Amino acid sequence: MADKNQKIIDQAIDQEYKYGFTTDIEQTKFEPGLDESVIKKLSALKKEPKWLLDWRLKAFKRWKKMKEPTWAQIKYDPIDYQALSYYAAPKKKVNESLDDVDPEILETYNKLGISLNEQKRLEGVAVDAVFDSVSIATTFKDELSKHGVIFCSFSEAVINHPDLIKKYLGTVIPASDNYFAALNSAVFSDGSFVYIPKGVKCPLELSTYFRINASNTGQFERTLIVADEGSYVSYLEGCTAPMRDENQLHAACVELVAHKDATIKYSTIQNWYSGDKEGKGGIYNFVTKRGRCEGDNSKISWTQVETGSAVTWKYPSVIMQGDNSVGEFYSVAVTKNKQQADTGTKMIHIGKNTKSTIITKGISAGEGQNTYRGGVKILKDAENAQNFSQCDSILIGDKCGAHTFPYIDVKNPTAKMEHEATTSSIGEDQLFYCNQRGIKLDDAVSMIVNGFCKEVFEELPMEFAVEAKQLIEVTLENSVG
Amino acid sequence: MVKIKNLEASIEDKKILKGIDLDINPGEVHVIMGRNGSGKSTLANVIAGNEAYELDNGSIFMNDEDITEMSIENRALNGIFLCFQYPVAIPGVSMAYFLRAALNAHLNHQGKEEIDALEFLKNSKQILGELGLDDSFLKRSINDGFSGGEKKKSEILQLLSINPKLAVLDETDSGLDVDALRTVAKGVNKFRNNNNAVLIITHYQRLLDYIKPDIVHLMIDGKIVKTGDMSLVEKVEKDGYSWLEE
Ligand SMILES: Nc1ncnc2c1ncn2[C@@H]1O[C@H](COP(=O)(O)OP(=O)(O)O)[C@@H](O)[C@H]1O
Ligand SMILES: [Mg+2]
Repeated sequence: MADKNQKIIDQAIDQEYKYGFTTDIEQTKFEPGLDESVIKKLSALKKEPKWLLDWRLKAFKRWKKMKEPTWAQIKYDPIDYQALSYYAAPKKKVNESLDDVDPEILETYNKLGISLNEQKRLEGVAVDAVFDSVSIATTFKDELSKHGVIFCSFSEAVINHPDLIKKYLGTVIPASDNYFAALNSAVFSDGSFVYIPKGVKCPLELSTYFRINASNTGQFERTLIVADEGSYVSYLEGCTAPMRDENQLHAACVELVAHKDATIKYSTIQNWYSGDKEGKGGIYNFVTKRGRCEGDNSKISWTQVETGSAVTWKYPSVIMQGDNSVGEFYSVAVTKNKQQADTGTKMIHIGKNTKSTIITKGISAGEGQNTYRGGVKILKDAENAQNFSQCDSILIGDKCGAHTFPYIDVKNPTAKMEHEATTSSIGEDQLFYCNQRGIKLDDAVSMIVNGFCKEVFEELPMEFAVEAKQLIEVTLENSVG
Repeated sequence: MVKIKNLEASIEDKKILKGIDLDINPGEVHVIMGRNGSGKSTLANVIAGNEAYELDNGSIFMNDEDITEMSIENRALNGIFLCFQYPVAIPGVSMAYFLRAALNAHLNHQGKEEIDALEFLKNSKQILGELGLDDSFLKRSINDGFSGGEKKKSEILQLLSINPKLAVLDETDSGLDVDALRTVAKGVNKFRNNNNAVLIITHYQRLLDYIKPDIVHLMIDGKIVKTGDMSLVEKVEKDGYSWLEE
């Protein structure tokens, strides 16, 4: 088996990244470099109110005093923050109607399988498309506004819904939270904003599609979702980027607030360019995502399928403040070639009878390194809190690695904690079994891995579960070892 | 249909098969009996192409085509089917998904259209009924938490769905109660026709009370030392194998 598989591994690696093309458009781009004047220019360009500029500048001051974190199980070349451009936007962009969007950009999204044309779009999904630093178009706005749902770019929300932004911005992730969150707070360019009013079940899936196109820029988007009492929303983000030799920084922030009896389901399919087989190029993905279950009986559920990026540093977390609130984290993370992922979650139990579930599936192939880092914190007043954690890793080949770092901090004796962790390899016996039934190696691997990820895929909205499965298939093609 | 010539194989530099010859014709049922460790499962695996075993010598022909170097899946697609002694679990992969993938792989290979979901369900449910299994069996993860009997029945379900040319049954009767044994035997008899063949590996006569073998081989230490008819089975059942070593 060994010889044959070695050959297959070697072929593997030239696997093409099918979203790796670039779009040739005229763009407005800041000169590289970062100081207060850049932030002022950015804020002025966006016609932001003074309080927001002040908030940015304060964050910038904090950031300058902070140090890049080093505790994660990842190695990467130092990032030169002065060499990056902090704003890139297509020139022709007007966010009024689809007719005004640069056809080149519409074509880009078509190629990515995202139609911004409302008729053609998947039934029941509204899309906000973010291209480099700005939001290009948001579909189904009228339909949504009939229900009082606000779904627009962050920049628009700052202008049209300043009270909501002012009320919630930075309340889940304070600007000083961590190095990358502080940087994002200072320089974020755009992103999505969602508000679901009291008692409304959002009639469509909401989705943001992030595309990095410009070279030499950082992408710093910011998403804020507020679900008012008794409301429900399911939100999905997708991400791709061109293949470039240099590494590009993506440092996003996502804040979620769920009021009493509200539910937010947030799903991510992250497929940024991951670099070539030598580990050259690819996105540095340093993302802060956190939700607060503010009201009683609220629920926040994160589901992520992470297949891209050269480096992933990401811990979508839930603060369960309301009584009976629920936090969930379901994750599939794939690393191949020289990809590194250090990802997990933090579940913070504050209210009584709060309940969290963590299910993670790490898949390592090639020389990929996959780390699960998860914290569960039960505070003093969190009577009868419950956590269930299950962290499974699967190894494909013998050059990759899987690591698990669970941190548990229990301050209330009534807590019920359950933790399971497994590491396995794709067995030669499993492959032989499949092959003996006429199923070829690649299909067998993707079948076994998809089976391994089943509990997580089941959490994804239907259409995206299919997409996730296919993504795993393409990602792992020829990766048996 | 299947011709095995002077097959020698080893694992981890230990010689297991020491020159096996077998000639299996359409319509025949062959039996191989032998002590634990004599190399029966090794032979089954080598026929199926398991690359964990080193092939040192000899060749395998299927309908005059030399398949000695053929990959596992191509042998399978050409009609070789192994009922595993210990079928492995694949968590999260449903029986239905797995079986349909296997079936479609065969249909594709034969240049036929893939089976549609409804027809697949109809066919599978019929076989499940015959094996005394509930329809919900299709939804379970393959071999995951199956009882011993369920594992063997799952193998027979796959055998009947895929309908290969040569079925190699590696101790399919081991660990079954009388009812399960009868069900499995019924399945194998249903599979049999004049164009296919069965190679049964077993320790006991009891399965052979239901499936009448045409030819019986006795294996000792990697070699077939005696070939005959059903009377050999009775002799082994009574006297064991030591008389063969004198
Ligand atoms: N994977 C393996 N590694 C090492 N030795 C093995 C392996 N498989 C089988 N053997 C050895 O090969 C010999 C024959 O085994 P096997 O073919 O399973 O016999 P049988 O099926 O007749 O009981 C035994 O001595 C067994 O210990
Ligand atoms: Mg055996």
